[in-house]
Amino acid sequence: MSFAYHKAASVNDAASQAGGDAALLAGGMTLLPAIKLGLSDPRRLVDLADLGELRGITRDGDTLTIGSMTRHADVAASAEVQGAIPALAKLAGGIGDAQVRHRGTIGGSIANNDPAADYPAACLGLGATIVTTSREIAADDFFTGLFETALEEGEIITSVRFPVPEKAAYEKFVQPASRFALVGVFAAQGPAGTRVAVTGAGLSGVYRASDMEAALESDFSADAIDGITVPEDNMAADIHAAADYRAHLVKVIAGRAIAAAAG
Amino acid sequence: MTEVTMTVNGKSVTADVEPDTLLADFIRQNLSLTGTHVGCDTSQCGACCVLVDGDSMKSCTMLAVQADGAEITTIEGLATNGTFHPMQQAFHDNHALQCGFCTPGMLISAIDLATKNPDISESEIRHGLEGNLCRCTGYHNIVKAVKAGADAMRG
Ligand SMILES: Cc1cc2nc3c(=O)[nH]c(=O)nc-3n(C[C@H](O)[C@H](O)[C@H](O)COP(=O)(O)OP(=O)(O)OC[C@H]3O[C@@H](n4cnc5c(N)ncnc54)[C@H](O)[C@@H]3O)c2cc1C
Ligand code: FES
Ligand code: FES
Repeated sequence: MSFAYHKAASVNDAASQAGGDAALLAGGMTLLPAIKLGLSDPRRLVDLADLGELRGITRDGDTLTIGSMTRHADVAASAEVQGAIPALAKLAGGIGDAQVRHRGTIGGSIANNDPAADYPAACLGLGATIVTTSREIAADDFFTGLFETALEEGEIITSVRFPVPEKAAYEKFVQPASRFALVGVFAAQGPAGTRVAVTGAGLSGVYRASDMEAALESDFSADAIDGITVPEDNMAADIHAAADYRAHLVKVIAGRAIAAAAG
Repeated sequence: MTEVTMTVNGKSVTADVEPDTLLADFIRQNLSLTGTHVGCDTSQCGACCVLVDGDSMKSCTMLAVQADGAEITTIEGLATNGTFHPMQQAFHDNHALQCGFCTPGMLISAIDLATKNPDISESEIRHGLEGNLCRCTGYHNIVKAVKAGADAMRG
């Protein structure tokens, strides 16, 4: 590990420095461990820490906007978020541990798109819009695969816009060593429709359970998904859980999330 | 080399560091404050926790350059004139340590939790300490100590 370090003075400065052999540095809670393990080897780090315009939470009518550099701890503690989308505050308060939440950011989390991360489920489950330095990307088009997103090289996430739902809840079955989701489900009904987003389980990362969504359309209750079978062929399998176990958990956790959202 | 300036335990320090110097290494090697421990070096165990502008952070997963301008408190900064911080005294009284390796990080996290939530509950303590691993105690006495320390901090 050996790199040059640049603290960006403005978003334009960061954008002009990003790309190529440079990596954007947000909270560093994913990037620095990856560099230490030799999984990532950037020549330059462009630190977004000083860009106050990327930080903060605002509500404008039915839209909650969270700046990309807003830390998990700040989302969890925000009265604005707790009022508008309590499920999102709860999700942020359950990421990793206190120290991870004191540094990790929403922008870093969704740019990384870890298949067991929490925020991607909220973005997909609420139909969020990811705002970048060059465009706006619907969450449905953003998460494209394991650790893959629609971001182009050098493109910087500036904020995430969440439509405020009528009902929403997030339930996660925690992998106890890492506290990432073994299975996490975000269920919601609101301006973006009826949505059930599943993280931790899918072979290609976060996904929408469209059969559950269809069943919930007319009857938003845990009973509505009773007859649904989650196939195991699209499930991830690793030392923590086999595919059939994950498939089973998806339905159990979805049931809990739907019941909690239905209130 | 990049110049960094930060306040560590109330004293201003300025040094030239390589950009890849970890904050934990800067504290231990440049400042010779070896009370901050490095257990896992992979962001898991919390032995390396320090307060950065009042929030507990894992100094093995932070660059010294990221702490430029920050106010840092390490375990060495807790006691005043040889008198334990109330949280240190509570750990002592409640036998909240055995080998002591995790203790500096535990104390830093505990003080952060109790400062922000003076009337902290047992379950909040357990949730708040999820990032601090202890191989010896089984946590029970640590939780008791944090509760007692929080009560003492409230006065
Ligand atoms: C012990 C531990 C436990 C964890 N547990 C969980 C958990 O339970 N759930 C969970 O979801 N996560 C968990 N995480 C991950 C954590 O949430 C990270 O903070 C997060 O994934 C990355 O955010 P960051 O701000 O630290 O980003 P960084 O590590 O700084 O960056 C991550 C990646 O995103 C890129 N990036 C950062 N910001 C932007 C931006 N604005 N625009 C474009 N690209 C950007 C970087 O270049 C890098 O490639 C855990 C991490 C640790 C160390
Ligand atoms: S040494 Fe930093 S978390 Fe273990
Ligand atoms: S007292 Fe030994 S690791 Fe905690």
